[in-house]
Amino acid sequence: MTGIERLFRRDVRGTTADVPRRAFVRRALSGYFAKRYPLQDAYADWQQARATASAVKFNAVNHLADHLETFAKAAEKRGTQVFFASNGKQARDYVAALCRERGVRSIVKAKTMTGEEIHLNEMLEADGYRVVESDLGEYIVQLRKEHPYHFVFPCMHLKRGEIRETFAKALGAAAVPSDEPEALTMVARRVLRQEFVRADLGISGANFLVAETGQISITENEGNARLTCALPRIHVALVGIEKVVPRFEDLALFLPMLGTAGGGQALTGYNTLYAGPRQPGEADGPEEFHVILLDNHRTRLLADPEQRDALHCIRCGACLNVCPIFKNIGGHAYGTTYQGPIGSVITPHLRGLQDWKHLSGASSLCGACTETCPVKIDLHHHLLRNRRNAVREKGTWWERLLFRGFGFAASRPALFNLGSRLAVPALKVQALVSGKRFDPARLWTKTRTLPAPPDRTFKQLWAERQKAKGAR
Amino acid sequence: MSLPPSDKAAVLARIREALRLPARVPHDAADHHIPSAPILPAKGELGRWLPAVGEAYEERVALLSAQAVVLKADFIRVPTLDAVPAKLAALGAAESWPVDGIAAHPGALSEEIARKAGFAPFVVAPGYDKERLEACAAGITACEAVVAQTGSVLVTARESGGRALTVLPPHHVVVVTAEQLVPDLPAAFARLREKYGTDLPSLVSFITGPSRTGDIERILVLGAHGPKKLTILFVG
Repeated sequence: MTGIERLFRRDVRGTTADVPRRAFVRRALSGYFAKRYPLQDAYADWQQARATASAVKFNAVNHLADHLETFAKAAEKRGTQVFFASNGKQARDYVAALCRERGVRSIVKAKTMTGEEIHLNEMLEADGYRVVESDLGEYIVQLRKEHPYHFVFPCMHLKRGEIRETFAKALGAAAVPSDEPEALTMVARRVLRQEFVRADLGISGANFLVAETGQISITENEGNARLTCALPRIHVALVGIEKVVPRFEDLALFLPMLGTAGGGQALTGYNTLYAGPRQPGEADGPEEFHVILLDNHRTRLLADPEQRDALHCIRCGACLNVCPIFKNIGGHAYGTTYQGPIGSVITPHLRGLQDWKHLSGASSLCGACTETCPVKIDLHHHLLRNRRNAVREKGTWWERLLFRGFGFAASRPALFNLGSRLAVPALKVQALVSGKRFDPARLWTKTRTLPAPPDRTFKQLWAERQKAKGAR
Repeated sequence: MSLPPSDKAAVLARIREALRLPARVPHDAADHHIPSAPILPAKGELGRWLPAVGEAYEERVALLSAQAVVLKADFIRVPTLDAVPAKLAALGAAESWPVDGIAAHPGALSEEIARKAGFAPFVVAPGYDKERLEACAAGITACEAVVAQTGSVLVTARESGGRALTVLPPHHVVVVTAEQLVPDLPAAFARLREKYGTDLPSLVSFITGPSRTGDIERILVLGAHGPKKLTILFVG
């Protein structure tokens, strides 16, 4: 067991025992379900929409290099500076150099999970810059020095009282007169307005790259990304290479599907496409616009043709919302940038299979994630494939021995019969100690109940049935 | 010192290497009757499965107005363009906007209407004062289109006064003419394509309702960072 898995097991023991928090998270998600399904049903055909979106993404991902070249060319034509980063360090170094070169002091950020992935804030703060998250949920978790709980709903696990305390600690108790969500939101609005006006650099992510036009597309509800891309004199967008769609018109399908699956909205509040810095004749906008296209091991996932479709992901977060594991262990226990089923599938590729394979084991394989995914990623089968690959790459000696022993016995009928006959009384003895300290199967039975032990083996049952038939 | 060089060649080479093995065509047993072909679907296919929108003009206006209710935006139908300034003046009176406390951009559907309504608007132009715009009580703008399907207002940097005007003031009033109503999202994209080709404005934004957040206990709050109010003045 690796240290990461040990940490995961420890955290999960804590979070699953916190029953009130689990109930709170479920309640928070109930509104999403109540809105999403009627909206989905209003589609002329949601299943066909999924198939179409999946086909567009299949094309995009399987011709990724061509689309990225097209994107870079179109973007550069508009004055966008496109930077390809092989890893997080290259991306961070680019942002750091840009800050130094341009005399940046204050930075405002709109939500970027890619930024979380490469620990951009930590680097910028260590370099002495003031970095403020502007998405309300991200701002709250930043003040608490936490990581997002859910990559779409970053602070869904927090109660209003906790948020009020967080604000009071950061801004002074006088600034936070109430714990009403409305009042708390207005506190953040006032504080962050000043940050927008004074920032020199705005950093955002992007939901899509449009190859044909060189645009990036950002989906949000609050308008904070709109302000991040409007007021500071420099805008940097940090985007994973897989975010590309081939054509402008493709977004007519993807934007509503992202809204419906992601937030239970027909369309998210603001869906904005940016092409370049301020163009001649336009009233405002940044003087410089940089797009960083980040690989950071996405090409490792791309190289696996079996799981390549995991790069179709549009990060709507629907698979988290439906996942029984997510709802019970919570987002922080994963220890990953991307939580839930999609995180369990891709993290082993991005950060090492042996270190992160345990996430693929933490699954009920119910398939709810696959069913809800708007781009039809075969999520629950990928969890099985990760398990298989992990064993193939580095199985444990005792597992190998166990299966070799089983194979030996199962291919010798006499031995197999003897084994199953012995198993009947053995299971009866086991039932007496099931889950207790002396139970040899305790690792398994301490959280699960075995079915009542049978009286006879299958072979005995079968023989009796045949005999009874013969007698009739 | 300058910016580090892009690692473009290495990234693209890795991608091409990774793609040497072809992917399986996506297929899942549960709904294999739906083909997931690796062929890029035609543009005409993209909108086919979205929520249907009625054919008749009045039906579409009704849908737009119904969507505005869901989104908590205000939809106001005004018979003629001449009647718009009076409507704007009434909105201003209700919220006591100062005479010089609203923002606009040059043009018949923004600055001119604001002036006719008796305001001396702050007009955004290259190099304008951000703090001044931030202090305005409302922004009045034109748009490219409104989308009946989703209740969205489509704005661009060229048609609607840049990037900040439609999102910085607490009340966004948008003036829409009858022929700007499009049925659905594919039609909105087609309209942009027809008007601009690939020379698109640097900002194209679908605004769907006032600014909102659900980050605290998933409870809806309007006016998170952008406008708390969105008013659609629909002419015709």
